[in-house]
Amino acid sequence: MKVRFKENRRLYIGLIITGLMLILAITGKFFTPYDPNAMDSANKLAGISAKHIMGCDNFGRDIFSRILAGLDTTMVVAVGTVLIGVTFGTVIGALTGYYGGRPDEIMMRFNDAVLAFPSLLLALVIISIMGSGKMNVTIALGILFIPGYARIVRGEFLKCRNLDYVQSARLMGASYLRIMFVHILPNTIPVLLSTVAIGFNNAVLAEAGMSFLGIGVQPPDSSLGRMLSESQSYLFLRPGYALCTGSVIALLIFGFAMLNEGLEKHA
Amino acid sequence: MNDNGNKGTDNTILTVSHLNTYYREKTGRFSSASVRRQVLKDVSFDIKQGEIVGLVGESGCGKSTLAKTILGIVKDYEGTVEHGSAGAQMVFQDPYGSLNPAKTVGWILEEPLRIQGKLTDPERDERVARMINLVGLDESYLKRKPNELSGGQRQRICIALALMLRPRLIIADEPVSALDVTVQDQILKLLLKLNRELGIAILFISHDLKVVYSVCSRVMVMKDGHIVEQGSDEEVYKSPKHPYTKQLLSSVLGD
Repeated sequence: MKVRFKENRRLYIGLIITGLMLILAITGKFFTPYDPNAMDSANKLAGISAKHIMGCDNFGRDIFSRILAGLDTTMVVAVGTVLIGVTFGTVIGALTGYYGGRPDEIMMRFNDAVLAFPSLLLALVIISIMGSGKMNVTIALGILFIPGYARIVRGEFLKCRNLDYVQSARLMGASYLRIMFVHILPNTIPVLLSTVAIGFNNAVLAEAGMSFLGIGVQPPDSSLGRMLSESQSYLFLRPGYALCTGSVIALLIFGFAMLNEGLEKHA
Repeated sequence: MNDNGNKGTDNTILTVSHLNTYYREKTGRFSSASVRRQVLKDVSFDIKQGEIVGLVGESGCGKSTLAKTILGIVKDYEGTVEHGSAGAQMVFQDPYGSLNPAKTVGWILEEPLRIQGKLTDPERDERVARMINLVGLDESYLKRKPNELSGGQRQRICIALALMLRPRLIIADEPVSALDVTVQDQILKLLLKLNRELGIAILFISHDLKVVYSVCSRVMVMKDGHIVEQGSDEEVYKSPKHPYTKQLLSSVLGD
């Protein structure tokens, strides 16, 4: 798939921003200017300076270092969430869409039930059962994402299952699994890709939201949502704290949104 | 599929006898009840090796259902369908829907051989190359995707695909009706060439009497699930016996 910049600017902008964020997150995993958890009482709420390019928070921790580490946390949660959602969603969607009938009805009604709850509320329920933490947040959000993907994949399979090329594969003696995952699935990828991009988006927001509420990633681990929530107490004293953290989230979301729109053009 | 036909020296490759096929039809949008509607009524015929048999009739008379029953796609039937161990393959009407848009032509052609799993990689490649040359295209097409090809090229690929497992019978369901006239002619010539060179039998389904007359040696006329007349094309076209055949012919010759 060759795409020129002029034909699809959004795809390129999205790729560049997302790539940049990914590089920052990977950097944050191995290298940060300061230890993101090291407190320094001399630098409590220090302003922007050459030493601390985004200043320090209320414990004297370097904000830039914490953003890098937080970006890493956020990305890992987002990728894990989407991975869980897409994997299970695709399998469920493929099976129900291809076979139809009663199992399809049951799965889809179950889907409707999950979708009917506000997702944050459901995540709260799951978290309160399993406990908080990076891993549990990922699992909780992943479960919430399954119905959406299942629905999309099911729709695509419904569209494809009676096309002639599927019939032709059946005539050749291809097994059902082969027809589903080798013949039909590649045709759903364009649609799936654009929803994956928007899925990252939702996952980042949901993680930030949960951490903001204090049920997501637990201290001392940093996460963008958690930092935003901590920064609000010092909004007037040190607006840079909230602004820097907020802009990184906004940029991340913008990158994924652009990626989604660019990919949708090709779906 | 049925593998018990084709015994001895008899060169009949398809025998259909007293075939009744049914469809389940939902009675209403919201009810789960359905009625069993009979589509084919007591259909009997046979096809010999290397024959091209035409099947004509108006839309909805059961032509495609007959094809699907022979291929085993429709399972709700009475009567017997016997074909040889090499089986039958199908060329579909719409060359746009019958090739997987996400795959390359080479992948599509290789797929039946992969599923069959008898040949090694180089043997498969060789068979694919030979087949694509046979249908009048060259190896450069193997790397392309179906949406980069024209309707005629796609239909050639579909024919190559049907031939991949070396069936002795191909069922062509309106293979040229989605193509424009000059391309139609090329595809018909290709089918005739394959019939001559490979000795492959073709059940040619069409609503176009002219097309059928130009390729087939024997013709069957179908109406409302019955085969009302069958015979050599000379017999059927020159001296039709059934009033429906007369009506069909006069509607074609009239214009």
